[in-house]
Amino acid sequence: MASIKIENVQKAFGKTIAIDHLNLEIKDGEFFTFLGPSGCGKTTTLRMIAGFYYPTKGVVRFGDKDMTRVPPEKRNTGMVFQNYALFPHMTVFENVAFGLRVRKVSSSDLKGKVLDALRKVRLEKYSDRQVSQLSGGQQQRVALARALVIEPEILLLDEPLSNLDAKLRDEMRAEILRLQRDYKITTIYVTHDQAEALSMSDRIAVFNFGVCHQVGTPAEIYNQPANDFVASFIGEINLLSVQVKNVQQENIVVTLENGEEPVKLIVHNHTNEGELIQQNEKNLAVSIRPEAIRILDTVEKGTNILKGKIESVQFFGSVVNVMVDVHNVLLRVDVLNTHEFGYFYQGKEVYVQLPEKQLRLIPVISGDAP
Amino acid sequence: MIKNRDTRLTIWLLIPVVLVLVAYVLYPSLRTFFESLQKDGSISFGNYQDFFVQESKTNLEALWNSVYISILSVLASALIGIPLAIIFNRYDFPGRSFFSTAAILPIVLPSLVGVMAFMFLYGESGLIPNAIKDLFGLDKVPFKIGGVSGILIVHAYTMYVYFYMTVSAAINKIDPSLEEAAFNLGANKFKVFWKVTFPLLTPAIVAASLLVFMISMASFSAPFLLAGGYRVLSLQIYFSKINGDMEIAATQSVILSIVSISFLLFMRWYQNRKDYRMASKGIGAHRSEVKNPLMKWVMVVTGIIGVLILLLPHFTILLLSLVPDGTWTFQTYPTVFNVENYRLLFEDPNIFKPLRNSLLMAVIATLANLVFGVIASYVLVKRKFIGKSFIDILVMIPWALPATVIGMNLIFAFNEPSVFSFGQILVGTFWILPLAYFVRHIPLVVRSTNAVLEQLDDSIEEAARNLGAKWFYTFRKVILPIIMPGVLSGTLLAFIESVGEFPTSVLLYTISNRPISIEIMNQLRMFNMGQAAAYGMIQITLIVIVLFISNKFFGIKAEKAL
Repeated sequence: MASIKIENVQKAFGKTIAIDHLNLEIKDGEFFTFLGPSGCGKTTTLRMIAGFYYPTKGVVRFGDKDMTRVPPEKRNTGMVFQNYALFPHMTVFENVAFGLRVRKVSSSDLKGKVLDALRKVRLEKYSDRQVSQLSGGQQQRVALARALVIEPEILLLDEPLSNLDAKLRDEMRAEILRLQRDYKITTIYVTHDQAEALSMSDRIAVFNFGVCHQVGTPAEIYNQPANDFVASFIGEINLLSVQVKNVQQENIVVTLENGEEPVKLIVHNHTNEGELIQQNEKNLAVSIRPEAIRILDTVEKGTNILKGKIESVQFFGSVVNVMVDVHNVLLRVDVLNTHEFGYFYQGKEVYVQLPEKQLRLIPVISGDAP
Repeated sequence: MIKNRDTRLTIWLLIPVVLVLVAYVLYPSLRTFFESLQKDGSISFGNYQDFFVQESKTNLEALWNSVYISILSVLASALIGIPLAIIFNRYDFPGRSFFSTAAILPIVLPSLVGVMAFMFLYGESGLIPNAIKDLFGLDKVPFKIGGVSGILIVHAYTMYVYFYMTVSAAINKIDPSLEEAAFNLGANKFKVFWKVTFPLLTPAIVAASLLVFMISMASFSAPFLLAGGYRVLSLQIYFSKINGDMEIAATQSVILSIVSISFLLFMRWYQNRKDYRMASKGIGAHRSEVKNPLMKWVMVVTGIIGVLILLLPHFTILLLSLVPDGTWTFQTYPTVFNVENYRLLFEDPNIFKPLRNSLLMAVIATLANLVFGVIASYVLVKRKFIGKSFIDILVMIPWALPATVIGMNLIFAFNEPSVFSFGQILVGTFWILPLAYFVRHIPLVVRSTNAVLEQLDDSIEEAARNLGAKWFYTFRKVILPIIMPGVLSGTLLAFIESVGEFPTSVLLYTISNRPISIEIMNQLRMFNMGQAAAYGMIQITLIVIVLFISNKFFGIKAEKAL
């Protein structure tokens, strides 16, 4: 078991900088996810922890030990590769035993440990099979057993589920979580799938273009995105670019300048909004999740009620997705299917309410703001 | 001190690779070039001037003849290979898969043995012309091969396989939906073939043409035995060496090398420029069954006749090997058949010795190829370093250089003591031939190893190291076992080619280490064709065994490494 500290790490490949100014602390026993689109630097970071890359600058520590330049074979990490990287010339048993043989474990201990690991991934019956005879999910579990049997300090999972079909993925997700809780092992999980990240992780780090944008629990990442990239990468979001007009103790007044006349919105003053305005951020937007918007038939009393017209209605089963045109901005609204949504139809005039506590003021960092 | 262990390891692996390549590929080539600049004790381009303006024009004529023969060989091979590839891969009829396998039979014939078979089949006193003469009661043989026609027929027989294999591979890679799209847009069969299918095959056809051109330029056995005074450049080099005109031999070598290497470079450039490979999934075989019963049987019968023609040389060698010495002199056909030649081969030490020499030298050369090939290929495929393309080119040079030139290069480099031969003179010793075989087959083994290593995902090696294995342990326990089948199939091919190697042997052999190919030549000179054919049969058997092992145990089509 070990905590991991990444201090001021930079990794450059020639002139391209893959990771810059990275600082992370992963706690002992934590299930930590690196989330981001492909090419964002998450795998590079994982490979620096495994020792396949050495950072150009900065320090990687396991606990207090400086591991920055320790070769991969001396790190005692267990890694599961995206394509599993099972040794094709060995049986299931031999694959799992490989790490133990390297460690010169006596043959009596070895057999017990391998079979135990195979039992944990429910593959004890397959120990004599060639790996090519196994299905994708089984190969995945062999890879897990092989990584866990050496009792690593850290488990590294590089997009382990991306090659599996949807149903198997759900199954393996539960399996990985169960094993991680069993072994109480510090785990780093790399994925580009936000659903996987949200449902499995203790904490998530969101990456893009070599920069870590936010670290937090799944709820923090979803409910309090640090900027428009995080907001739009995870889940669906409505982003409205706005001008700040007035900052009060409780609320901030902003205007949406899109149509003929500016629309006034009131945003609850959460702690980080104040900081943003103090930092004099020019490029700001308010964000709101589709499920937070309410659709009203008539004007009610309250704040942030705007008139709009339904553009389209899409039925997804549990959720009905309604696109509403409000002052030339298309808002996505998700309404739970209550079996009586028939009154939404294209062209209908409605009112939408954007609850002020659900609105968040965030900086726009990507060039093409909405 | 270099901090990074991996960099250090790369350097340690590179040192022997670079040393070997510099010592036995680069240095000998440079020696030849240097020798070609020697003229009457001073350094000049005089030899080159002589080459091009010489009064008798023999050299220029030889160069032109080489080019002429090569162009004709390309045309002849293409005319056989391309239609065969299209027919076998696009139409289905009884026996198709058997015929398509049989089509690569010419590979199972070492070049010298093949030439010999053709001499006895179609030459002046050949079996076929005489059989026709007797059958129809003619006064003279109706035809015979020799000179240009002989060389061409031998070339077409052995080299159409390159067209056949590359075009077949290309046809099978064409996504059928492309042709379907053309049909859907209203094109007829003829148009679809000429506007869609054929253009998609051009890269393969050009690649095969360049390859056949290079091989023809380097061809030695066919002109040597069949040409009858027809000068080609590869042969001229040999004659210059025999006559002791070493500077001229060097000049001719350099010019032949320049032609070959420019073709290699052109080929690489062309392959990088035109790449029609597509990433479409699930391309299935796409053959139309031949429905017309008459057509069907015409195809089957033609196929059977074709296979018989392809197998005739092999049968001829087998037949000749059963004819004892001195029993076939003035008769048109041999009359006595027994296994005398084989008995002598294993009982008479003098006759057995060349076989022993060949096997021993081929084993030594091939072991060196195996070790060198694995290390060089690993460094080239899996490691990053500066100057990789330079090493890549050095590895490919022996492939581009005609065998005769490689022989001459080694003569110039090692007929005096040098650091690379540990201060010894190698020419005239046993070791020069294994060295020549080794150099000749560097590209073959490295390339076939590259092919398997490129398939091997980097994460396999990383997984092993992540589990705590050091590099050498990983290499031994993980990488080697996985790549071994591919490596061995390339290496076995190098072995059988070494056993039959003729052009370098004829330049470098001594009496005590004379290999099979030289002995075949000697026996032919003494008109002892039975013994020569017995040696040939041994080679054919070896090749068949190797191809069988490769296919059966390694699941690899050995001919792919060619």
